Amino acid sequence: MYDKGKVLIGLAIFVIAALSIVGYNATMGDVDSFRTDGKPGPEKPVGHDKCVKETAYMQTSHMVLLNEWRDEVIREGKRELVETVGGEMVEKSLQNGCMGCHISKVKFCDRCHDYTNVKPYCWDCHLAPVEAPASKEAH
Amino acid sequence: MKVLRPIIAVLLLIVVGGLLGMSHGTQMLAGVILPSIAFLVFIVGFIRKVLDWSKSPVPFKIPTTCGQAKSLDFIKADRFDCPDSKSDVIVRMFLEVFLFRSLFRNTKAEMHDGPKITYGPNLWLWLFGILFHYSFLTIVIRHMRLFTEPVLPGLGFLEYIDGFVQIGAPVLYQSDLIFLGCVTALFIRRLIAPQVKYISLGSDYFPLALIFAIGTTGMMMRHLFRVDVTAIKQLTLGIVTLDWTVPANIHPIFFIHVVLVSTLMMYFPFSKLMHMGGIFFSPTRNMTNDTRAVRHINPWNDPNIKPHSYAGYEDEFREFMVDADIPVDKPLPPKAEEPAEEAKED
Ligand code: HEC
Ligand code: HEC
Ligand code: HEC
Repeated sequence: MYDKGKVLIGLAIFVIAALSIVGYNATMGDVDSFRTDGKPGPEKPVGHDKCVKETAYMQTSHMVLLNEWRDEVIREGKRELVETVGGEMVEKSLQNGCMGCHISKVKFCDRCHDYTNVKPYCWDCHLAPVEAPASKEAH
Repeated sequence: MKVLRPIIAVLLLIVVGGLLGMSHGTQMLAGVILPSIAFLVFIVGFIRKVLDWSKSPVPFKIPTTCGQAKSLDFIKADRFDCPDSKSDVIVRMFLEVFLFRSLFRNTKAEMHDGPKITYGPNLWLWLFGILFHYSFLTIVIRHMRLFTEPVLPGLGFLEYIDGFVQIGAPVLYQSDLIFLGCVTALFIRRLIAPQVKYISLGSDYFPLALIFAIGTTGMMMRHLFRVDVTAIKQLTLGIVTLDWTVPANIHPIFFIHVVLVSTLMMYFPFSKLMHMGGIFFSPTRNMTNDTRAVRHINPWNDPNIKPHSYAGYEDEFREFMVDADIPVDKPLPPKAEEPAEEAKED
């Protein structure tokens, strides 16, 4: 083997880089919290049992719905209420619609978003609901 | 045919991925077992290949010299195009690996009326190449959000930068567009440039087609089918923590994506893609141009064959040379000693 030292250093860097993720999870990772059920567990709103659309749709495509609402409200001025699948009438609004039922951002949106590393820029402008004092947990 | 066959191969892989992704029973195979094996093949194959290279001798000193070598003090040497020290080589390699400098130096000769020939820079390959590689890197790093919990620090910032233009929801990543645009451009280049087309083989088209399909399925997952990322993270995190699970209701497109990526990982060590490691083993780039100062020993040399100088050669053949009237440096010893020497030889 020629240039043994250099080749071995190079290979070591390669292997460490390739396996660093496994190492990270094993050492710094919060393994148990996702081992239990794997899901980040957003808190369901009390007093309602249906979201605006089917739950499966909401889980994957709520941002599409928000985007549609935003365009309709701001670009076309269509501010009329929408009917949810549960038959309730809600405002087409992030703050007054979604957050009207999902009263905590920290315990709902953030649970999933921290898990999947999503940081919606919406909150740059929109106000998040005031969190109940008891829920002042770190996220 | 050289173009079609790789495309058909990729289409077949897509069908296989789709079929395996259809039923929950086979999803484990396509989504967890296959990528785990593929990753091992990638690592082991990569190491094996590098060890193989490191055992291959470099018989000659062959750095490509593209500038003035170190010479007299008043002649300006081109340090990085004709490096004569280790540190210059390191700079040269750095520029090569991180900035693709030899592609950047590409020039194109053109004939004009006159006849006159002109040389000008031709940077398209460099541009598409470097954008492609860096957006690929960005995408790979971004994917680490699916393999770490808590998510690696810094990834949020990377996603923010990558989605800076804030188009749509979920936001469009610039790297995705650049990535797909560049693979397409690199593919088309092989089809329309006659010289490049002539030397292109199936093994040149296949990785491009495969990578294109990977990028497309990836973007489709995010913007078209809207897969359940939370469920997918459960699966991906399960792979790296050896806690294998397949949550229900993952869209088959995810398994197509994973089968394609697994193919890429397994194909990697056995293909031209190994230039990732190979670039460090390019003698034309990683050697110093110092042959006039340091003797390069060919590792193939048989240690039993000693160097043979001219003086030694003359000693061996002096008599015959004198016989044939070839001039010699040292004359033959006086005649008287001749019989004695002949006797010694017998
Ligand atoms: C009428 C009250 C109500 C409104 C308004 C509402 N939701 Fe929901 N949402 C619910 C309920 C109730 C559930 C739980 C449904 C279930 O468990 O099947 C839910 C579920 C969800 C889920 C899935 C959570 C999970 O556990 O996987 C998401 C995501 C979601 N909502 C987002 C939104 C967004 C975004 C908006 C605004 C566009 C919104 N919701 C508006 C009541 C509401
Ligand atoms: C630059 C600041 C800003 C950002 C960032 C922003 N919005 Fe808005 N949004 C506004 C303003 C201003 C309105 C208009 C409010 C009105 O006219 O009632 C609005 C209205 C809306 C509405 C309809 C009305 C309402 O009260 O909610 C929706 C839905 C909405 N935004 C969703 C979003 C989402 C989703 C995001 C993140 C992807 C987002 N916005 C990011 C400023 C912003
Ligand atoms: C079931 C888990 C879950 C819940 C609960 C949830 N989200 Fe999301 N959200 C996601 C995931 C996953 C993505 C990213 C999808 C992707 O990366 O393709 C996302 C993306 C978004 C985006 C697009 C962000 C971007 O930059 O692309 C917005 C906006 C958003 N969510 C708003 C909300 C709001 C507002 C709430 C609370 C009412 C909420 N979400 C609750 C899982 C969730």
